[in-house]
Amino acid sequence: MDYSMQDLMAITAMQGFAGLSFFSVLLLMALGLAIIFGQMRVINMAHGEFMVLGAYTTYMVSTLASGLGPWATEYYILLAIPLAFLSAFLFGMLIEVLMIRHLYHRPLDTLLATWGLALVMQQGFRSIFGAREVSPSTPSWLEGSWRPTPMIDIPINGMAIMVLTVIVTLGVVWLMYRSRWGLRVRSTMASREMSAAVGINTRWVDRLTFALGCGVAGIAGAAFTMISSTGPTSGTLYIVDTFLVVVFGGAGSISGTVVSAFLIAQGQSILEFFLGSSMAKVTTLLVIIAILMMRPEGLFKSKVRR
Amino acid sequence: MFQVTGLRSGYGEIGVIKGLDISVGDNETLAVMGRNGMGKTTLFKTLMGLIQSKDGQVNLDGQDLSSMPTHKRVAAGLAYVPQGRMIFPGLTVQENIATGLETVKSRRIPSEIFDLFPVLHEMRHRKGGNLSGGQQQQLAIARALVSNPKVLLLDEPTEGIQPSVIKDIASTLNEISRSREITIVVSEQILSFTMAIADRLLVIESGEIVHETDRASCDEQTISGYLSI
Repeated sequence: MDYSMQDLMAITAMQGFAGLSFFSVLLLMALGLAIIFGQMRVINMAHGEFMVLGAYTTYMVSTLASGLGPWATEYYILLAIPLAFLSAFLFGMLIEVLMIRHLYHRPLDTLLATWGLALVMQQGFRSIFGAREVSPSTPSWLEGSWRPTPMIDIPINGMAIMVLTVIVTLGVVWLMYRSRWGLRVRSTMASREMSAAVGINTRWVDRLTFALGCGVAGIAGAAFTMISSTGPTSGTLYIVDTFLVVVFGGAGSISGTVVSAFLIAQGQSILEFFLGSSMAKVTTLLVIIAILMMRPEGLFKSKVRR
Repeated sequence: MFQVTGLRSGYGEIGVIKGLDISVGDNETLAVMGRNGMGKTTLFKTLMGLIQSKDGQVNLDGQDLSSMPTHKRVAAGLAYVPQGRMIFPGLTVQENIATGLETVKSRRIPSEIFDLFPVLHEMRHRKGGNLSGGQQQQLAIARALVSNPKVLLLDEPTEGIQPSVIKDIASTLNEISRSREITIVVSEQILSFTMAIADRLLVIESGEIVHETDRASCDEQTISGYLSI
């Protein structure tokens, strides 16, 4: 394996970009989980399935759009993304009402219950959409790639996912740190009792927070369809990595989540080229374990006296 | 008029508040005194709906609050400064105060709040958790005041606060009572603080009222007798 300096640069750039697409989906997933797990301390094992729900919504919109003519096939994705959010958001809200709200303060039971939910959702997807993987049609403006030099080849859909990720991340940051609603969420997560005592309807805050986390996973699902095909169990591949991102970043910290998703995705993607995918995963995991042993609270933690 | 009649509450089978009747007039300041474990905090939590009452009524200006959830009681006019202050440590001072605006239309912190507590203005961008105990107490009072309450409930506001700051808190509460039409109910163990702010005092023991007096006719030795172990 002899690489020239130029080869190495090109490999790093391309793998780095492949890592960025992975980073984008991972970050979208992790943002949702950072809200649900980081703020509410609910271990949502079905988070991957909410992503798949968003992916299937995108697929359905694409299928419906293909019957409407070529213009619809070109631009369905612009409608599919908000609908993917909405379907996961509403289903998340339903799950909060039926299941999660009975299990606050019982983290282990939530883990089991949401794991069961994940299995039920997977079977639901299988019954409705079949076991075979499906892919929505890719609009022609998202196909092809951009070649800044003859050696570097950057896919357009990857760039589109990144733009989407940036928009969603900024949206979540605005919502959590600049809006009235974010203030309610952050105070409720600090103290449910005291938040009620300043007049906040904490039950609604819980419900909307959980639904929002699920909705963001739905957007991740829409992005996911642009880089991979969707099957009933596609979510299970992502759930472990996503939890890793949230824990490594320091639960509850959005900047930590972004940095952690970036490091994990880039680390894996670049190592994958040289070591193969299994060894890349093992190496990343070992490094994370070592870092978490030194900093159990993750990369970022808030420093205040309590 | 803030009225509590036949209030009972407690934890599980254990009764802590055993049929309390309290009536506080508009713009009156009432001090509820008693040793540790006599039910002061349980009383306040029950008034706020943080602990469900087993029996009795909590009435504010003719409206029965006893079946309302906590956040609706705040909207109806109660505000609460809990024991231990319970400010939100990870939120900035400004954000902490803003949480109190939940039940009012305005989203802006009124400037009178910073006139009352200038130190909070200086520190408005600091995290609440990084303030000293006295500053946190001011923050907790400011957070309660921005909702323009009719009744302000303060649970042991002097706990863990240095004596010079206790005097400041007393004069601030007097200032609030003068400038706003507000009813104040404060639980306390420090008699000098109570004498500086309260119009009326009552002592509770094991969840029942054992002594009640105006400030003017208050015999400090009798009260001290109840407070010593």
